Amino acid sequence: MALLLPWILSIPLFSIVILLLFRNLTRNQQTFVALSAPVVGLLLLAPMIPDLLQGAVFQQQWQWLPVLGLQWTLRLDALALLFSLLIFGIGLLVIFYARYYLSAKDPMPRFYASLLLFMLAMLGIVLSGNVLQLWMFWELTSISSFLLISYWSHRSDARKGARLALTVTAAGGLALLVGLILLGQVAGSYQLDVILSKGPQIIADAQYPLILVLILLGAFTKSAQFPFHFWLPNAMAAPTPVSAYLHSATMVKAGIFLLIRLYPAIAGTDLWFSLVSLAGLLTLLTGAYFALFQHDIKGLLAYSTISHLGLITLLLGLDTDLATVAAIFHIINHAVFKASLFMAAGIIDHETGSRDMRKINGLWYFMPVTASLAMVAAASMAGVPLLNGFLSKEMFFSQTLHQSVLGAMSWLLPLLATLAAVFSVAYSARFIHDVFFNGKPIGLDKVPHEPPRYMRVPMEVLVALCIGVGLFPQWLVGDILLAASTAALQQTPPAYSLALWHGLNLPLLMSTVAFVAGIVLYINRKELFLFQAGFQSTLAIYRFEALIQRLVSRCRQLSQWAEPGRLQWYIAVMLWTTVLLAGYPLLQLHSLQGERALLPTDWFSAVLVVLMVLAALATVVWQRQRLLALVMISVVGLMLSLLFIRFSAPDLALTQLAVEVATAVLLMLALYFLPHRSPKQSAHSTLLRDLVLAGSCAIVVGSLAYLMLTHQTDSVSAYFLANAKSGGGGTNVVNVILVDFRGFDTFGEITVLGIAALGIYKLLTGIPRFKPSADADGRNWALDAHPLLLRVVSQGLLPLALLVSVYLFFRGHNLPGGGFVAGLVTAVALILQYIAHGVDWVKPRLNLQFSALIASGILIAWLTGAASWLFGKPFLTSWFDYFDIPLLGQIELASAIAFDLGVYLTVVGSTLLILANLGKLTTRHKPEHRGQI
Amino acid sequence: MELLIAIAIGLLTGCGVLLILRGRTFAVMLGLTMLSYAVNLFIFVSGGLTAGAGAVLGASAQYADPLPQALVLTAIVIGFAMTAFLVVLAIRARAELGHDEVDLQKPNSRGGA
Repeated sequence: MALLLPWILSIPLFSIVILLLFRNLTRNQQTFVALSAPVVGLLLLAPMIPDLLQGAVFQQQWQWLPVLGLQWTLRLDALALLFSLLIFGIGLLVIFYARYYLSAKDPMPRFYASLLLFMLAMLGIVLSGNVLQLWMFWELTSISSFLLISYWSHRSDARKGARLALTVTAAGGLALLVGLILLGQVAGSYQLDVILSKGPQIIADAQYPLILVLILLGAFTKSAQFPFHFWLPNAMAAPTPVSAYLHSATMVKAGIFLLIRLYPAIAGTDLWFSLVSLAGLLTLLTGAYFALFQHDIKGLLAYSTISHLGLITLLLGLDTDLATVAAIFHIINHAVFKASLFMAAGIIDHETGSRDMRKINGLWYFMPVTASLAMVAAASMAGVPLLNGFLSKEMFFSQTLHQSVLGAMSWLLPLLATLAAVFSVAYSARFIHDVFFNGKPIGLDKVPHEPPRYMRVPMEVLVALCIGVGLFPQWLVGDILLAASTAALQQTPPAYSLALWHGLNLPLLMSTVAFVAGIVLYINRKELFLFQAGFQSTLAIYRFEALIQRLVSRCRQLSQWAEPGRLQWYIAVMLWTTVLLAGYPLLQLHSLQGERALLPTDWFSAVLVVLMVLAALATVVWQRQRLLALVMISVVGLMLSLLFIRFSAPDLALTQLAVEVATAVLLMLALYFLPHRSPKQSAHSTLLRDLVLAGSCAIVVGSLAYLMLTHQTDSVSAYFLANAKSGGGGTNVVNVILVDFRGFDTFGEITVLGIAALGIYKLLTGIPRFKPSADADGRNWALDAHPLLLRVVSQGLLPLALLVSVYLFFRGHNLPGGGFVAGLVTAVALILQYIAHGVDWVKPRLNLQFSALIASGILIAWLTGAASWLFGKPFLTSWFDYFDIPLLGQIELASAIAFDLGVYLTVVGSTLLILANLGKLTTRHKPEHRGQI
Repeated sequence: MELLIAIAIGLLTGCGVLLILRGRTFAVMLGLTMLSYAVNLFIFVSGGLTAGAGAVLGASAQYADPLPQALVLTAIVIGFAMTAFLVVLAIRARAELGHDEVDLQKPNSRGGA
């Protein structure tokens, strides 16, 4: 039977999917689909009920995160059964009721889908056998309740109420998460079974007070306990079926469910008793008091709900096992009468267009049947005999009599309980008298009448339950109450009797006093209302909204300060951060000088370095004369490549040189399109600021470089040097690293290269036409765009350059060279043709598809890597061997050469794609010539 | 020699930073190119300065550190691609907006994004 558990949990999901997929169902069909979820759920539960009442526990587990010892667990015992029945039962009635409540223009699938999502989340809470899993569903109830409260999202109060509810419950949820994680750590497992059996160990732990407070925060926010109760009245902006379901029967009971569920594990200490009973007592009194002063029917019901939730919490905080039984009993009774009262409020709202009790009076004459039903339910709320509310209230009274939780002051408890009951009777009386009697309706838009016949059915069922349980408690709920209490306490509760008549005793006297005093209080309500009106009360919602607004505007100020939308500012912030982070550790060192033997300075290198630095400075000084700056920066690059040669890196020198040519062409093209002069614009202060930053960067980076250069470091390079020949089949270690050891990196790099080229291509397509026809001084471009000498030389150079690049490519594995260098040399040689002859000349003679080149390059590199899979080796395992070929002698063939071919093709394709496309723009927009030269 | 190289790296970095803080796109391109020179040199010398050697087996008695060389080699090529991307972005911006300023807004005309 445990196999049914996942179905019970997921049954609402099927209805949700159907509702959201088939949008053109009629309202009745949609209702039917939504109704089928709780109906099927109840049918699935039914066969398990006899076993569960005998104390059976059904459980099913799946591995979730076995490494962390987490199992996905569904667990159904009698307590979970009780809550499941409430969730499905009340859910069934609410869905049916909503069919008549929602107007034709309200989107029904969204409503039912959110409601069923909530149902699923609630079921998840009660059926979870793992506390972390429970927490996930707990958060899901917060989210789905947010969606339900804000269902009428065009209304500001609905949005605000939803936000407030989400903020409070989700904040509590976070506290709960921490609490549950600590609880799981202390108990050694997150499984509910284990936690419930480790009660004494948990309570003895030093972290117990923290765990308890965190879990209570979660439970109290969810169950609207003082001082977190303020979200519930604001959640009344929700459609009334939602209030009937979430805010009376189910969601607000989730916190209480958690307290009952974990009762054996965390309850029973002095800390528990004082915290829980105090919160419950305060909630009970505040709720009952404020309920009386509400003019909105739903507001009255909301505060009354808070008060009753406080009552249940107070019962859980009393130190007798029978109090827990009373708490569970009251959960059932409250769900039944409060859901029916909310439904009554919905009907009244629906039929009169108002919920203001100062307007709606005398409805008895317009809707006698609804009035009678509502009056029975309200009487139950007041605790009138013969109804279910009376029974649990009696149990509550009798539990308050024998207490020691407040120490010597425990005698206050029955007194305060009676006081709360007085108010409870008074607000119930107000609900009955103000709405159904008390003269005639004032200023209503329409004449009230009875609701559609079927809209009353759910109320009738609930009110019948109120009376049924009130008259035959043992017969109707005796079994499940006993079983659920046993499951909650993990032991059989002491004997008690569910009966209407217990003889003349103290609780009955308390009830009588409360009843009489409540009526008297209601009759004299005028004075009390005047007294209450003397307080200036700002509604919690406004205070909360003001807080949110302040927070938002502060954040906006902060982000405007940090993000002024200026690139230079961002760069400066990043650089300053880097300078400080990198500079601070330098202050801790004694000296930059390390132990490595220094290289003596030779004149050649010194001249190179000095020239490089001078050229760099010249670039900065002449940056506004752009062509000059370009020449200067090329000098820097040239000196750099010479330095590479000087310091034993011929591969780098070759690459740098080839790239230098390409960069120069690129920047020349940029100069063509960009303004040829920069106006002087930086203020002196800006310049000074930037100079300070640049100087700091220079000092920190230079010091770091010196620090690094003078210290001996262990490098992995020894491995590469040792294995390049034997493992990679090449003697040029740089190339072997690129195509073999770190081939995967290179593969990523050529992919980036290809992506950059394609991005550039995309940026250049569809660029608006603009044609500079002269330089900044008004000089026209040269008429002879393709000088003869250049044409001749470049044509002669092409085969030579291609030959060189083939040579560089093939020798790359063993001597300086390789795919990158060869690719660049080829690309530069081809670009020279473009420069010398123009696109129109090159295109018919050499029709290369650059993007195809890039694609084939990356593909070849990938296939070379993937070929290793055919031999059962990891990606990019290289292979090489030596062959004796007649005439040529011994030849080495390596798979790395194919990979390098991929690199070569990608580099050629990317470089040409970038430069040729950019260059094409200059010829497509042929400059017009002014005047003659 | 090490001191000279370190000073060169520092100055190159400083020049690069000063250039990328300018308000016109061409200066930023120059700055970025300069910075990549500085960074490449920095990474290259992280293996230590070695003269008269190489990273080819059997060609010399001692070897230069091949790993920084391999890193810098790809960095040079990718650096070119990135500079090119920036150049084209600047050209496109010039074509669309008609000017070559890095920021759309003047420093004193702040407003919501």
